[in-house]
Amino acid sequence: MNMLSQLKDHLLANSSEEYLSKLFEKVENSRLNAFTTLAKESALARAREFDRKPWGGLMAGVPIAIKECISTRGIESNCSSRILKGYVPPYDAHVIERLKAEGAVIMGKTNMDEFAMGTSTETSCFGPTRNPWDLNCVPGGSSGGSAACVAGGEAPCALGSDTGGSVRCPASFCGIVGLKPTYGLVSRFGLIAYANSLEQIGPLTTNVEDTALLMEVIAGHDWRDSTSAEKGSYLPGIKDGVKGLKIGIPKEYFGEGVDPQVEKSVWDAISTLEGLGASWREVSLPHTKYALAAYYVIAMSEASSNLARFDGLRYGLRVGEDKDWHTTFSEIRSQGFGPEVKRRILLGTYALSAGYYGRYYLKALKVRTLIKDDFLKAFKDVDIVAGPTMPIPAFRIGERINDPLSLYLADVFTVPINLAGVPAISVPCGFADRLPIGLQLIGKHFDEATVLRAAHAFEEATPFHEKRPEVV
Amino acid sequence: MENDVIIGLEIHVQLNRLQSKMFCGCSTAYHSSEPNTHTCPVCLGLPGSLPVLNKKAVEYGIKVGLALNCQIEEETLFYRKNYYYPDLPKGFQISQYDYPLATKGRIMIRGDDGAERNIRINRAHMEEDPGRLVHAGTIDKAKYTMVDYNRCGMPLLEVVTEPDLHSPKEARAFLDKLKSILEYLDVFDGSLEGSMRVDANISLKGGDRSEVKNISGFKGVEKALSYEITRQKNLQRRNIKVVQETRHFDEIRNITVSIRSKVGAHDYRYFPECDLVPLRIASWVPAVKAQLPELPDAKRERFVKQYGMTDDHAKSLTSEIKVANFYEAVAAKAPPKLTAVWVADVLKGELNYRDQGIDRFSPEHMVEIVNMLSADKITEDGAVEIIRTLLDKGGSPQEIVKDRGLGKAEDEAVVKAVKEAVAEAPAAVADYKAGGQKALNYIVGLVMKKTRGKADPGEVHRLVKAEVDKL
Repeated sequence: MNMLSQLKDHLLANSSEEYLSKLFEKVENSRLNAFTTLAKESALARAREFDRKPWGGLMAGVPIAIKECISTRGIESNCSSRILKGYVPPYDAHVIERLKAEGAVIMGKTNMDEFAMGTSTETSCFGPTRNPWDLNCVPGGSSGGSAACVAGGEAPCALGSDTGGSVRCPASFCGIVGLKPTYGLVSRFGLIAYANSLEQIGPLTTNVEDTALLMEVIAGHDWRDSTSAEKGSYLPGIKDGVKGLKIGIPKEYFGEGVDPQVEKSVWDAISTLEGLGASWREVSLPHTKYALAAYYVIAMSEASSNLARFDGLRYGLRVGEDKDWHTTFSEIRSQGFGPEVKRRILLGTYALSAGYYGRYYLKALKVRTLIKDDFLKAFKDVDIVAGPTMPIPAFRIGERINDPLSLYLADVFTVPINLAGVPAISVPCGFADRLPIGLQLIGKHFDEATVLRAAHAFEEATPFHEKRPEVV
Repeated sequence: MENDVIIGLEIHVQLNRLQSKMFCGCSTAYHSSEPNTHTCPVCLGLPGSLPVLNKKAVEYGIKVGLALNCQIEEETLFYRKNYYYPDLPKGFQISQYDYPLATKGRIMIRGDDGAERNIRINRAHMEEDPGRLVHAGTIDKAKYTMVDYNRCGMPLLEVVTEPDLHSPKEARAFLDKLKSILEYLDVFDGSLEGSMRVDANISLKGGDRSEVKNISGFKGVEKALSYEITRQKNLQRRNIKVVQETRHFDEIRNITVSIRSKVGAHDYRYFPECDLVPLRIASWVPAVKAQLPELPDAKRERFVKQYGMTDDHAKSLTSEIKVANFYEAVAAKAPPKLTAVWVADVLKGELNYRDQGIDRFSPEHMVEIVNMLSADKITEDGAVEIIRTLLDKGGSPQEIVKDRGLGKAEDEAVVKAVKEAVAEAPAAVADYKAGGQKALNYIVGLVMKKTRGKADPGEVHRLVKAEVDKL
């Protein structure tokens, strides 16, 4: 019952309500802290309805967990931030509408770094989520709750969002599959923005085929997002194999800073793909070393503006007695945001200020163009680019939280993909001791099909995705 | 001395003839609605909402740009203007910065010296209107403030002039002309509250400038500028430096006051709005150009040529599209030159005096009046009286002529018939003279027969009586 297609048959033959009740029971006894808000009542009601009169659809009767930053009508959506506690959206995000239209059941919301700002799901106002492979380790971030609940068997699949690696990093740390689609492929309507020019909603699943299935559901044009594009086709060619596929190995993604066990697993993965009929060659992405700096300038600048609307006036946190607007507004923001969010708002505000705009923001945009050009150039010779998703396996909770710079550095191989806007998947490719390692496969713009096909071939040839953590 | 005054204007124009707001589907017809009834997640800036550009708003913007003789940019871009205020639910306003819609235009006005002169337009760009703060009672005594987001997201066009104006009167002339053009284009209804708001920059030669913000009403602009000139001149006279600052126009006291701004110079941290894509608008221009109506200057020229009126009359008749249309409707059925004089000099004056618009007057009535004048049936004084009576009491020109005896000369045929009938009926005349009132009716009947019933019986009765009384 590993695959959603099998789960669908199971739910039809048995009871959707019973299956869902078991999941909720598991969640309620869980030590992962993956879920923040459970939509138990509405989900069970929908499951009962399904059992009474089953409906069709790509996700018929299938439960799904949703990251806190994706708007769900009637279910609190607070970005794991105090400032949005109690905010219940009056509308569904585009992806939620699509899921419902295809018959899915929304289980609830999952923990995340506050406003998706983090790599470890430790900055949440609900406390950290734990890694199901080792409860003392972080699940990665920022979609840590979504990854942990899927890896821990608390939900069959989940949606996350990826601004600089926030789907792929936790997928890698938790030993599951996570895809960051091409910018524009999945409508952002209803996604509470952190850095709107970089982020995309993406699936987190236990296997590649399920990710393809979810992409069939959530991808596609939505008039409410002016950057949105038409979808492609993901499931039909997924089993076509990698014979003749040309893989590029960027020399900048190996060496200093990369854990030796990670490096070895990724090279083994490349050999596996070679054995399946693919070929590889070295490529260069020369501007990789500037990616982190450019990413953080752009993301923080956009964040400083995107988070300006949280003033407590219309929704969210209200502090004590109302004073004059400026005082009340300042109090709400100083109490509502956590330290990492404040740091990014401050840095972003600074980077956009008169006199610094050219030195930081504009320069970062130029670097962004160069990084995109690096990929376009590489893709003239190869079909996909492969490397590690994260330079390291999951680290211990608390280990890096007081050293933001070392946390930022962990994003070195994921942020260039968001800057370039290309799609990338993380698939399990090994273990460092007991902790999973992720292989990152990067594709051309809107060429998710090839990425999924390569990932699927690799998954078929390896046992890593079949291993599940033993969580108590 | 007036030439030492330097004025530049920034005018916010609501494109309120559009059906929906700038970035969402909410209706623009909020003016007489309950607060916060014309809103949605997008214009309320709810988390996760995204703007979708109103294509028609861009078309309207291009239309205005072309009418202001601007250059329409190849590609235009939206920016975020970041500042915190309770009426701004996103914490930023979507506006334009680099790559505005239109640049380098001009509008012709009549300057204080009586000569026509071009005022240069620096740029015209699009943005969204913020909401509106409503204070309980007066602003300084209010215990709390309420926010109405109905206006939030209304499509605005900001027109920025070069500092080419030299007096409050010229500023007024510029605004009148701009309003006239906008109404010609049918993108703007100036009668709605807050539809046009003006920021004025003003300085004396060699001095720093002050900016008077958010003045509504053209009279307000004139008053605010006059006050500022006096204030700055007084400072200069006392050798006090004019400081660069933002001021607020107090409409009740007719003065400007300094707004002690919290931050010295506002830093709006403009940067591109990535939720909207760059717009390549160059290709839209030909289609929009083809829809452009005849504009005031062109119409004025045509009126002089086509109807043979003076340039002054043409200017007066074309300053408002409604007046121009009224004129042409009348001129199609009455002598055009005489119509020009009577509409421009008399009717407009009477309407202004009563603070009424041209739609209060029927073009058909004007046709009748001009035609009567032209046929010499009424005097000029009579025509003025008809116009005034129509405006104050209503009725029709014919009735008024009859009721008030404004007819200048009776129809010759009727007069002739009356004389003949009286001569033909000496017996009836004698009866009448002997006290038989009814005898006159016989004579009236004769007249009616002679005129084949075309004459007005009452009028004929009056004429017959007068004729018989003379005997």
